[in-house]
Amino acid sequence: MKARKKTNSQLFFNGILKENPIFRLALSMCPAVGISTSVMNGILLGVAVLFVQVFSSCTISAIKNYIHPRIRIPTYTLTIATWVTVIDLMLAAFVPAAYKEMGIFVKLIVAFAIITMRLETFACKNPVGPSFWDGVGMGLGFTFGMVALGLVRELLGMGTILGYDVLGFRPLLFFVLPAAGFFCVGLMMAVFNYMEIVYNRRRKAL
Amino acid sequence: MNATLRRYIVFTLAAVFLLPLLLGCGSEHHFIKSTSFKGPNSIVITFAGPVDEKWATNIANFRVNEKTDPDIYLPVSNISLSPDRMTLTITLDEKLNQTSTHSLFMKGIISEGRDLGSALVNVKKFYFGYLLSILIGAMIINNFVFTKYLGLCVFFGTSKKKPTAIGMGITFTIVIVVSAMMSWFLYQFVLKPFRLDFLQIVVFIGLVSLSVQAVDTILRKVNPVLFKSFGVYLVLVIANCIIIAVPLILADNEYNAVESLMLALGAGLGFLIALFLMSSVRERLELADVPPTFRGLPIAFILGGLFALSFLGFSGMSLF
Repeated sequence: MKARKKTNSQLFFNGILKENPIFRLALSMCPAVGISTSVMNGILLGVAVLFVQVFSSCTISAIKNYIHPRIRIPTYTLTIATWVTVIDLMLAAFVPAAYKEMGIFVKLIVAFAIITMRLETFACKNPVGPSFWDGVGMGLGFTFGMVALGLVRELLGMGTILGYDVLGFRPLLFFVLPAAGFFCVGLMMAVFNYMEIVYNRRRKAL
Repeated sequence: MNATLRRYIVFTLAAVFLLPLLLGCGSEHHFIKSTSFKGPNSIVITFAGPVDEKWATNIANFRVNEKTDPDIYLPVSNISLSPDRMTLTITLDEKLNQTSTHSLFMKGIISEGRDLGSALVNVKKFYFGYLLSILIGAMIINNFVFTKYLGLCVFFGTSKKKPTAIGMGITFTIVIVVSAMMSWFLYQFVLKPFRLDFLQIVVFIGLVSLSVQAVDTILRKVNPVLFKSFGVYLVLVIANCIIIAVPLILADNEYNAVESLMLALGAGLGFLIALFLMSSVRERLELADVPPTFRGLPIAFILGGLFALSFLGFSGMSLF
């Protein structure tokens, strides 16, 4: 029992740091660049992706024995589309203002490569339990990436965090401009690369 | 790229550009040849034959409204008929919003003593220009990659080398035109009449995979040479957000068939342009000395940011 629990927690942290969807796997870049202008946006879209990822992972791993290998990709796509429709209608009903700001991106979760990729590489080979934890880890990893980007952009661009005034002035308005999304993602990736290089060097020294 | 391929591309482009010319003209009543805006507040109507002067100068016979607000009639201040009694100019009190379509209702047109019945016609801007503005808008001004930030995974994945970039761009354009037209048709004639709008995500993504499969099969049979050079990119097309974003935009904006075609084509060509620009820079980057932490994707993102900044210069531009 104890051994399995550890596996689950490994799966969980795997998605957040080691295989972070945005900075390490470089998948689902569109929302990372497009709407990471504030922390709130990041949290909302992260929650939506978490929801879709967890539920489609569970669905696919539950029915994996009944899917013919030749039609597995269309099956994945339709499963994801169903859950995206659910979260899309739910967000539109409960948080209409934020939903409007996110625009088309909630619907576009259906085309995010990360979800299909996790279904293909993990959920279709593992039972429901581990798939669930893998989905949670990946979803949280995505949320973490979005929030980190949102934090940097909101703080540097508007001088606020979650709408609260922190700095009292606007250091670089450039960062809320959509084009800065590319720069932020590029810089964040470079930071992750740097951390990896330093980590490897230390391990070698030991 | 071989000659056959080039011929195919030229044919497709020519057909696409000539189509709106054929479809764009014509009006809804057999006696009315054309309608157009003139100046800030006038509408000009050309008839097929001379009309009765007494009928034409009676303001009560004409009703003008914006098509989106059918219950608000715009007040008519003056009507003048040309000497040959074939051209009528209707002047309105206020400036017209010429970007939206207007409806013009004419009650019981009388020509040389005969009653030709009432007519309801649409007045819009030069249609070809409008279509062109949708095309250029989707292609450059609102470029999907650099101003809407869609399709980035595939964009960064396939922009390393020029031939790959061009191949991906062309394949993508073909698939997006096919799938967008199919989804437009299905949305307008099946989903909307039966109130199944909420199914649009499921239906559109299904259609996209279907049309990718269809293009794959057809290309394999019809032109194996073409398939050999472009077949590998077909699988990647499904992972591109633009291909699902375009049908959703079409459904939101209620475009008609030709306008939808133009938007889909613009999105595809815009993606091709973006890929081409990026790949030509990244080819040079191979020779540059990039710091090790920035090698690979990070520097590509910084480049993308620079492109996005320069595309910001197009924003707010409007044609025609």
